[in-house]
Amino acid sequence: MVALPYLWLLLFFVVPFIIVLKISFSDVALAIPPYKPLLEWVGKHSLAVKLNFDNYAFLFTDSLYLHAFANSIKVAFLSTLMCLIIGYPMAYGIARAKPAVRNVLLLLVILPFWTSLLLRVYAWIGLLKANGVINNVLLSLGLIHEPLTMLYTPFAMYVGIVYSYLPFLILPLYANLEKMDWQLLEAAEDLGCRPWQAFYKITLPLSRNGILAGSMLVFIPAVGEFVIPALLGGPNALMIGRVLWDEFFANRAWPVASAVAILLLLLLVPFMMWYQSVQARESAGAR
Amino acid sequence: MTASAGGVVKAQIWNDPSARPYVEIERVNKSFGDFTAVKDVSLKVYKGEIFCLLGASGCGKTTLLRMLGGFETPSSGRILIDGEDMTGVPPYERPVNMMFQSYALFPHMNVEQNVGFGLKQDRLPKGEIQSRVATMLDLVKMGEYARRKPHQLSGGQRQRVALARSLVKRPKLLLLDEPLGALDKKLREHTQFELIGLQDKLGVTFIVVTHDQEEAMTLASRIGVMNHGEIVQAGTPSEIYEFPNSRFVADFVGSVNMFEGKLIEDEPDYVRIDSAELGATIYVNHGISAPPGATVWAALRPEKVFMSMSPPAGDDNGAGAADNVVRGNVQDIAYLGDLSIYLVRLATGKVVRVTQPNTSRHAETIGWDQQVYLSWDATSPVVVTR
Repeated sequence: MVALPYLWLLLFFVVPFIIVLKISFSDVALAIPPYKPLLEWVGKHSLAVKLNFDNYAFLFTDSLYLHAFANSIKVAFLSTLMCLIIGYPMAYGIARAKPAVRNVLLLLVILPFWTSLLLRVYAWIGLLKANGVINNVLLSLGLIHEPLTMLYTPFAMYVGIVYSYLPFLILPLYANLEKMDWQLLEAAEDLGCRPWQAFYKITLPLSRNGILAGSMLVFIPAVGEFVIPALLGGPNALMIGRVLWDEFFANRAWPVASAVAILLLLLLVPFMMWYQSVQARESAGAR
Repeated sequence: MTASAGGVVKAQIWNDPSARPYVEIERVNKSFGDFTAVKDVSLKVYKGEIFCLLGASGCGKTTLLRMLGGFETPSSGRILIDGEDMTGVPPYERPVNMMFQSYALFPHMNVEQNVGFGLKQDRLPKGEIQSRVATMLDLVKMGEYARRKPHQLSGGQRQRVALARSLVKRPKLLLLDEPLGALDKKLREHTQFELIGLQDKLGVTFIVVTHDQEEAMTLASRIGVMNHGEIVQAGTPSEIYEFPNSRFVADFVGSVNMFEGKLIEDEPDYVRIDSAELGATIYVNHGISAPPGATVWAALRPEKVFMSMSPPAGDDNGAGAADNVVRGNVQDIAYLGDLSIYLVRLATGKVVRVTQPNTSRHAETIGWDQQVYLSWDATSPVVVTR
């Protein structure tokens, strides 16, 4: 029974990872599957291993890939920042609400998960498009005279990402703030702090682990996000997830695509380790 | 029970009509929804006093303290500190510091940073902050723990840090919410005297909230006993103990034997009460203001009851031979070392609590089921009418 999670990990993470790693070192071929094997019999008794590093080298020669990586990190970073700006006050508000109200508010945060992500993103298309809900309302109020172009812009992409990932930031942050001893704020005020100073000097540092945990939960998946940029971001949204998709399915360049995937993983490993250590600290209760 | 007059306060300053009170609470009410937490409280506290608000949990004492600190706003009435109306003044602008019951030490700061927090907030020069923090930590004997975080300290050490933090800004008034509540008994007794010494040295006025009557007795120059949001009696520890003005106060502070009875004689210099509960008459050598026939209660402290195996000789305070004497049967004895508690059952079924100091090492004369006489001096009972 104990081994079951490990078996699961082995089957659905380690084995696929090794397959992708293997493909990333192979040559492209016009075949099914579209790459050559790594191992080849040369003569009767010798097995040759042919590792092809061209795929990785290629990623650094064509600036498209580095651009895509840089842009993905930028988008993920800004989305995380926006989630934090919107989500911190929400988490704080929920943590300080009366217990009965608190549960309702938490339910409202979790509620979107009851519908599929795809449906929610399509709903945003309906809201943002040229003759969509938002434009129609603004037009009928006379605030604008021609529809705003919102869909298929970076704006729409950020809206989509921030909207979809906000709960992932709010929930860990709430869990952290909920443990806070609010009397500390009274003590700070008693010692001469104005409320905003007390927030800055007490609440903010004490919620650091919650901020980090929530931010990582947004940042890590947002870097590799594919669906939202593809549906809302339009053709110019150059994200690494999109590049990966195109390499696999449009170019059928599995080895290059695999190399992109491996590089993305390597990029995110430090952040994941950081998240793990924050989680460990948080559950140990030390601040 | 020791009733020491704590504090540096000038003797009985509260009885001097010309003295200017440092804290004035004027007809303050506080209600939360339809619950009244504090009911029409008026109080004057003088410079250098240790004033204890004593009461059971939920009696409104903490709410009153929080109003002094500025964390709650009175529903009506006003609070003056040093002659200044505090209405609408936020906590961070009051000349007051508070020591919280939970200590509320900042967990992400070490001892030094916690204590220095308020000084840093006031933008004092670094050197001065350092020296004042160091002095204060030495004063509470926490100098060697300056670099520790709160979670690395014991309860008593945290209490000291909290105290240092609330005193380092040199407030004129310090509010303490159950300051010793989280400490064990030995440490508490020790700390009580340290607290008095510190208050004496720094000349700060203390207002202390506590539910522990022994703590209040030890610390306080005066005690305000609270019940259901009201101050039922305010006075020195010995006034509260020896002259309680109601059954509640007599019962809440120390232990007491309460005898219900009817007032049968009411003269200016004595009263006589017929108590069916006691099965005897009680003669008290001071007058009270109550109509004859009224139901009154005589409160008698256990240590003021004499116990003997032969009939006692009457005292010369005017009590008759039948007054202030009853017979009973020793039902239980609790030996506490310094004194023993005897529970004596009377013929009426009433159990009387008697304490006697164990002055002699070998005397063990009164045992279980022993027939004894209980008697008391005519000056001992306090007659209360409510």
